[in-house]
Amino acid sequence: MEKITAITSRTVVLPSTDTDTDQIVPARFLTTTTRKGLGKALFADWRFDRSGAPVADFPLNRPSAQGCSVLVAGSNFGCGSSREHAPWALLDFGIRAVVSTEIADIFRGNSLKNGLVPVIVDKATHGWLLENPGVEVTVDVSARQLRLPDGRAVEFPLDSFSRYCLLNGVDQLGYLLSRSDAIADFERNRAWQP
Amino acid sequence: MGAQSLFEKVWNDHIVAAETSETPAVLYIDLHLTHEVTSPEAFNVLAARGLAVRRPDLTLATLDHSTPTVPVKTLKELDLLVESSAATQIRVMIENCAKLGIRLLGFDSDQRGIVHVIGPELGITQPGKTIVCGDSHTSTHGAFGALAFGIGTTEVAHVLASQCLLQRKPKTLAVNVQGRLQPGVTAKDVILAIIGRIGVGGGTGHVIEYRGSAISALSMDERMTVCNMSIEAGARAGMIAPDDTTIQYLSGRPLAPQGRDWESAVRRWRALPCDAGARFDREVDVDASVLAPMVTFGTNPGMVVPIDQPVPAGETASFAKSLAYMGVEAGKPMLGRPVDVVFIGSCTNSRLSDLRDAAQVFRGRKVSAGVRALVVPGSQAIKKQAEAEGLDQVFMAAGAEWRESGCSMCLGMNGDTVGRGQLCVSTSNRNFEGRQGVGARTVLASPLTAAASAVAGRVADPRQYLRG
Ligand code: SF4
Repeated sequence: MEKITAITSRTVVLPSTDTDTDQIVPARFLTTTTRKGLGKALFADWRFDRSGAPVADFPLNRPSAQGCSVLVAGSNFGCGSSREHAPWALLDFGIRAVVSTEIADIFRGNSLKNGLVPVIVDKATHGWLLENPGVEVTVDVSARQLRLPDGRAVEFPLDSFSRYCLLNGVDQLGYLLSRSDAIADFERNRAWQP
Repeated sequence: MGAQSLFEKVWNDHIVAAETSETPAVLYIDLHLTHEVTSPEAFNVLAARGLAVRRPDLTLATLDHSTPTVPVKTLKELDLLVESSAATQIRVMIENCAKLGIRLLGFDSDQRGIVHVIGPELGITQPGKTIVCGDSHTSTHGAFGALAFGIGTTEVAHVLASQCLLQRKPKTLAVNVQGRLQPGVTAKDVILAIIGRIGVGGGTGHVIEYRGSAISALSMDERMTVCNMSIEAGARAGMIAPDDTTIQYLSGRPLAPQGRDWESAVRRWRALPCDAGARFDREVDVDASVLAPMVTFGTNPGMVVPIDQPVPAGETASFAKSLAYMGVEAGKPMLGRPVDVVFIGSCTNSRLSDLRDAAQVFRGRKVSAGVRALVVPGSQAIKKQAEAEGLDQVFMAAGAEWRESGCSMCLGMNGDTVGRGQLCVSTSNRNFEGRQGVGARTVLASPLTAAASAVAGRVADPRQYLRG
C-alpha cells in the first residue's frame, strides 16, 4: 500500500443518501478474479445511460469533476453488500477520500485497508460541503483533520492503528502474521476447540 | 467480571490479543465460510506472498453467487450456461480449494447451497463460535448465538493466512420484541418493521441482540430470517441467545459435535445467554402483536410500510428519486400494484419453512397470467426435502419455476434477472436500484406475501389467502 499523509483536492459532490455498494459497483461487474480495472464499473448505472453514453449531469461526469480525488457523499455512504470491489473501483477511478456524516461499517473497514480515507464530519460541515461543490480541501491523515478553504480545520475520527497504517503504507496482514506465536498459544490453550 | 451480554461472552472468548488505544484486538475466528465471488483476490494475495491457509479445517467453501440454478453436471455445461467471466470465477474457486486443501461443496455435492443456508443445515454453525464470510449476510448465523459478520476480501486473506482478524469492539443494541404475531405475519415482517423503525443506518457500529417473547417463540428458520437482515439496519451482526430450540435444531446434524463432545458443547452453550443486569449501549422495544405484513416501497429496506398503509411522503431529493425509480406515488398503498415477477428464495427466505409457507398459498391456485414466478431453494438438501414433501409439485402445478439452489435473482449474477421497469415481489433482502437487474424494481416481502402476489398478479395481502 502507498503511504498517505495528506490529500489536497477539489471536491466532487454526490448528495444521494444511503448510497449502497450495489450502486458503487453493480453485481454484474463482480465476476472478476482481480481488483484491477474496476474504475469503469464505478456507479455504472448512474454514470451511463441505456446506450452506454455518459449521463452529462451526473456529478462524476461533469468536466469540473476531472482530477477530483475527494468525494463528498450523502449520509450512510457504502451501506449494503460487503464487496471490496466498491473501494477498489473508487480508487481505480481516482477517488482517494470519502467525506460524509456517516459511512457504513464494512465499507469503512474495506476502505482503510486499501488506502481510501473515510472522513466523517459533523452535519454543519457536511451541509456546507454539499452546498459548495468543487472547493479545495485537504484531508490531513497525520493531523486527523479536514481543512476547508476558509482556514477552518475539522477533526475526523481515525484510530491510531489505521492512521499508522495509512501514514506508513503498512498492510495489516503483516501485523497479523507477526502475532503468529500468540495465535498458536491461543489455539493450544483455549477451553474448547471449534 | 460483571454481568455480560451474549455478545460480550463470545467476544471475550476469542481475544488473542486485547484491544489497546493504539491497536485493535486480534480476534480468533472459528469458522470461515467462503464462496466464489469475494475470494479470488484473497487467494491472489496468499499466492503473491507464498502463504499457506493456516486452518483449512476451519474453512468451508461453496458455490452459490454466480452459479446457475438450472442443473449443471460438468464444467463444460457451465460454459454454456453462464458468461465466461462467471465460469472462470467458479473454475478458479475449484482450483484454489483443491490446491490449498479447502473443503469445497461443489456441483457434485448434495450439500451445496447458499453459504448462509448450508452452515446451519450442516450443523457447523454453532452457538459461541466466531464466524465470518466475505458476504454481509453472514449475520444470519447469529441466530444460533454465534458472533457472525461479513468481511471484505482483504480480510478474507487475513483469515485464510492467520485465522484471525483485527477488530475494534463494536457497541451493543438490544432489540426487545414482545407479544404474539398475528396470523399471516412472519419473521420477515418483524425484521422489516425493525429496520423501518431504526433506519438503514440505525445499527451502524453495533451488534444487535434480538430478545423477548416474540423472538423466543420463533423457529430456527425464522430466527435466521431476522438475523439475516441485521446488516440492512447497518449492524455488523445480529445475535439471538441459544435455547432449547437451538439445541434441538443442531442435534444430530452431520457437522455438529457428537457423543461426549455434544454433551460438553451443550453445557457451554447453556452458559452463553446474557446475564441478568448486563448493559447495552442502546435498547429499542417493538410490540410484535400489532405488526401487519410489511412491504418495501423504495430503494432501501428502511423504506417499508404495512401492506395496507399508504406510501409516506418524504422531503429529501433521495427519497423523491427513490419513488420515481420505483414508479410509486406517496399517499397510495403498495397493495394492488401490478406485479411482473415473483422471486421466492435467497438466504433470507429459502428454507423449508419458507417454501411450505409459499406452497400453502399456491396449493390449488395458479400464478396469475403474465407473472413469472421463480422458486429457488436455499440448498440442495432443502430441494430434496421439499420434493419429498411434494412442494415442487405444488409450485409447478401453480405454474411457478422450480430451480436448483443458489443466490439466483437475489443479486442477478447468474443470469436470473428482472427486466427494466418490471416490478418484482421478492423474499430477498435488498431492494437497491438495479439489484435484481438493470432498472428492476424490487418489493421486499415475506414468502406468504410473495406467493399471494404471484396468484393475484398484484401486490396482495396474504391474510386473504390463508385457509382457516
Ligand atoms: S442469497 Fe443474496 S444476500 Fe444471500 S448470500 Fe446470496 S447474494 Fe448474498
